[in-house]
Amino acid sequence: MRAWRAFVRWVATHPVTSLVVFFAVFPFIVPHTSLATQVLTYGLFALGFNLLYGYTGILSFGHAAYYGLGAYGTGLALAKLKIASLWGAIGIGLGAAIIGGVIAGFFCLRRRGIYFAMLTLAFAQMLYFIAFHLADITGGDDGLRGIPLHPLGLFGTSVSIRSPFAFYVFAFVLVSLAVAALKRILDSPFGAVLQAIRENPERAAACGYDVNRIKFVSFVFSAFFAGLAGALEALRLTVVPVEALYWSTSGQVVIMTLLGGAGTFFGPFVGALTFLLLEERLSRLIEWWPIVVGAIFMTFVLFLPKGIWGSFLAWVVRDASPKPPYAPVPE
Amino acid sequence: MILDVPLSALAAQVFTGLVLGGILVLMAVGLSLIFGLMTVVNFSHGALYMLGAYVAFTLLGVTKSFWLTLILAPLVVGTVGLIIQRFLIRPLYGRSPDDPLLLTFGLSLVLVESVKVVWGKVGLTVDPPRDLAGAVNLGFMNFPVYRLFVVAVTALVLVGLWLFLEKTNVGLVIRAGTRDPLMVRALGVDLGRIWLLVFGLGIGLAGLAGVLAGPMRGVYAEMGVEIIIECFVVVVVGGMGSLPGAIVAGLLIGEIVSLTTFFAPKMAEIVVFLVMAIVLLVRPSGLFGEAGLAE
Repeated sequence: MRAWRAFVRWVATHPVTSLVVFFAVFPFIVPHTSLATQVLTYGLFALGFNLLYGYTGILSFGHAAYYGLGAYGTGLALAKLKIASLWGAIGIGLGAAIIGGVIAGFFCLRRRGIYFAMLTLAFAQMLYFIAFHLADITGGDDGLRGIPLHPLGLFGTSVSIRSPFAFYVFAFVLVSLAVAALKRILDSPFGAVLQAIRENPERAAACGYDVNRIKFVSFVFSAFFAGLAGALEALRLTVVPVEALYWSTSGQVVIMTLLGGAGTFFGPFVGALTFLLLEERLSRLIEWWPIVVGAIFMTFVLFLPKGIWGSFLAWVVRDASPKPPYAPVPE
Repeated sequence: MILDVPLSALAAQVFTGLVLGGILVLMAVGLSLIFGLMTVVNFSHGALYMLGAYVAFTLLGVTKSFWLTLILAPLVVGTVGLIIQRFLIRPLYGRSPDDPLLLTFGLSLVLVESVKVVWGKVGLTVDPPRDLAGAVNLGFMNFPVYRLFVVAVTALVLVGLWLFLEKTNVGLVIRAGTRDPLMVRALGVDLGRIWLLVFGLGIGLAGLAGVLAGPMRGVYAEMGVEIIIECFVVVVVGGMGSLPGAIVAGLLIGEIVSLTTFFAPKMAEIVVFLVMAIVLLVRPSGLFGEAGLAE
């Protein structure tokens, strides 16, 4: 029992290693590789959202915007600009997501709290309508089709990532790097200030931190991770459906993060896995599966606001006595 | 003639904007009232608007009377609102204002899908009542009677709401509760019941908006989500928690959508957001808003 608890603690305190090990064996225990890849990309998307909601404490209801910009940026670079390098295309997607994050951040961060949530939602919907109506460029309602998946240039050679497993490895490497980057951000003084802002923005401001600027930087980082997730999905599907920008995509990432546990390192991945498994299993059995997902989500908001992983962690460390009142939470 | 457009066509479009604005005002007033009193942003407001339209469809079939439906459907939806408040919103008192938003987002998913299960995935059409069919000649143009009726109902409801808030004791408590809930409680008023009442009232108004919109815009499951985002824009532009703000901004957004649809159809959905961005730059707290509510 004690060893088991120590193991959980070790996992919680070594999140990057644990995640890399987990995702190294993950594709061999799920029914098919594309589900594994989806867990990676949606987990990454949720991870970006979690940086903002879980760690900085601001709720965005429009993360579809940066995910969609990453996807469209990458897709358009390959399909319309005829860029031959996947890296270049991903770079363009990331650039689009960052620019979107900077512009939206500038406007939306003028208001706080639930206003911010409504504004981010509105911004994302605006992009959705733009993509919908600019059918000549984006494909409109049909989505952006015909994205060529060129071989990946790697240290002077080129590797094909057309097979699902090769693509999984590619996504695995990028997501691992992103996870390590997130860990680095959270462990830095900047990351500490983010969490200070979440706990008490007035106090953080009184300590001399420029709260708005730090929120802005966090927002742009978050947009970056969401954009990378979008870029990966665009390459995985070789199509960008216009729904990538729709509010339902923003809603999905909110659901995933809260199911898994906002403000925990693994939460986004646990949530993405749970959501995608639910979706895959339920949608075959019952046509009205979104009702079940919605009801589960409501149950979590009402009774388990820490999510699956957060509640699990709280349960594991429940009687770690004696505990000072300011004991740092694992992760 | 403005920009080679006949004046009568332009006037018709302005009137259409007024009708759309009326629906938005009914929605935004409820949203704003609920928010002002209990700092709950009700994401499911749009879904309950949609529910109003569907309930009206069924009630029309049962009662065969539009007038009865017009009164009953908002009551049914308002009752659903009471249940939501009592069992879903009340447990979240004292939590972050984000939590009711998240919860009602989940509720909205459940409602939209449930409606598809009960009434089918295909949209329904509702005819305007026979008494209100046809068009009326306004001197310079013809305009559907039903749409004029919608504007009249909106105006009547707003006057009624104003009288309720300004002239009754309950209205006084509501206004006081918006200003300083702690003080109202200290004076021995049971605010819990007021919150329940206001939530039901706001949702009832959303239901009414749905009933009115059905014959004009059709009845379909996604109608609620489409309008809730426009409503969010309205309350951000008008100032959250401000009733005059909701009214002015609702009419303003209605006109802007209607006129842009006329001159540049593809821009209509986008212009709304540009207006919001400009308002945010010039007056971050909205046209009539006070900064600070639940921020």
